[in-house]
Amino acid sequence: MDSIADMGGTQGWGPAQVPTDEPPFAEPWEGRSFAITVLTMGRISGRNLDAFRHALGRLHPVDYLVDGYYGRWLNAAELMLTDSRILAPGAVDARARRNLGEDVPEPAFPEPDRPDYKPTAAGSLREVEQAPAFAVGDVVRTKDLHPEGPTKLPAYVRRRSGTVTAIRPAHVLPDTHAVFEGENAQHVYTVGFASTELWGADAEPFTLHVDLFESYLEPQ
Amino acid sequence: MNAPAGDISGRLSPALRTEALEQLLVERELIDPAVMDKFITTYERDVGPLNGAKVVARAWTDPEYREWLLRDGTAAIKDMGYGGPQGEHMVVVEQTDDVHHVVVCTLCSCYPWPILGLPPSWYKDPAYRAGIVRTPRRVLREMGLDVPEGKDIQVWDSSAEVRYLVLPQRPAGTDGWDAEALAGIVTRDAMVGVAEVSAP
Repeated sequence: MDSIADMGGTQGWGPAQVPTDEPPFAEPWEGRSFAITVLTMGRISGRNLDAFRHALGRLHPVDYLVDGYYGRWLNAAELMLTDSRILAPGAVDARARRNLGEDVPEPAFPEPDRPDYKPTAAGSLREVEQAPAFAVGDVVRTKDLHPEGPTKLPAYVRRRSGTVTAIRPAHVLPDTHAVFEGENAQHVYTVGFASTELWGADAEPFTLHVDLFESYLEPQ
Repeated sequence: MNAPAGDISGRLSPALRTEALEQLLVERELIDPAVMDKFITTYERDVGPLNGAKVVARAWTDPEYREWLLRDGTAAIKDMGYGGPQGEHMVVVEQTDDVHHVVVCTLCSCYPWPILGLPPSWYKDPAYRAGIVRTPRRVLREMGLDVPEGKDIQVWDSSAEVRYLVLPQRPAGTDGWDAEALAGIVTRDAMVGVAEVSAP
């Protein structure tokens, strides 16, 4: 899906921030949100990081942006917890309002309905028996893919020609893994694109490298 | 998250909602506040860019290690004791007189946690995620780094599980420094490619 999370090349965000010294968490709640998310993820889904990233991408753009980075983690965690019926819709809001002294009813805890999922191994890297379809130096083209579900093919490199610059270890395929439809590990390639292929003849000169799964690519 | 999604008017602060969510998960016995405290402290104190700085300093002082690091980043970094989630497969790219590398994750904010810690604000900011793959020279200038015209720019979008570390150039005026002193001047920003390392 083309989600708010797929930001590469979008415009209108203003100038980049000048780096400063900063603590890992600007406010205490950011650390709590981080810890809640990482520590509960395994309880929901067998630690399916792709499902969490997809939850970020499924957020309404306002919910993605308005509370910042750890706010979007909080919102995505709540979405996953609600999906798997660990929490009822509206439960967090109701509790927060009661904590403020408002007299609002809280929904009962539902009966959990977690995804039936177990990773086949730790982490995301897997062995794939089939030989890689592409070699370093091959000219490839990204397919014209517009799935309704998750993908790791950024929109700004769709339908573009580039050159394979490295073959990486095979990974589980987020497109199916994120929605609990199997790991389907694939070879991953770093593909280099000329900036003019992406942004036209007047582009700044540079090379863009992006890591792409085999099924996103076809021979040129 | 409020219902309906995207609602702005009735929105409670993320601090209030985080507190509420933590209470609910403790009641469901899905989370232990003491474990959370430990976890937060680990990322505040133990996992940070000093790990990466030690890797860089060793590469600057040990040519064999540098060669290993560039050939097999995962193994060479693991040799220093760093690895695990968000660092399963590490690739190291080297700054030279002719080439400038810079790393981004346009789809989320993927970052090599074991050696750089959690990502800084600017790395997670839409202006960086969106702009560095389109006008990198302009974005780097906005961040305070002028890449000379004629120097080749290579941008790495870590859209899968590979995590990238930039090996900065060792600054002039550091001859004879040992690895510990060198690690002290290597910055997080230089290891992502938005700054250079300079000697004090």
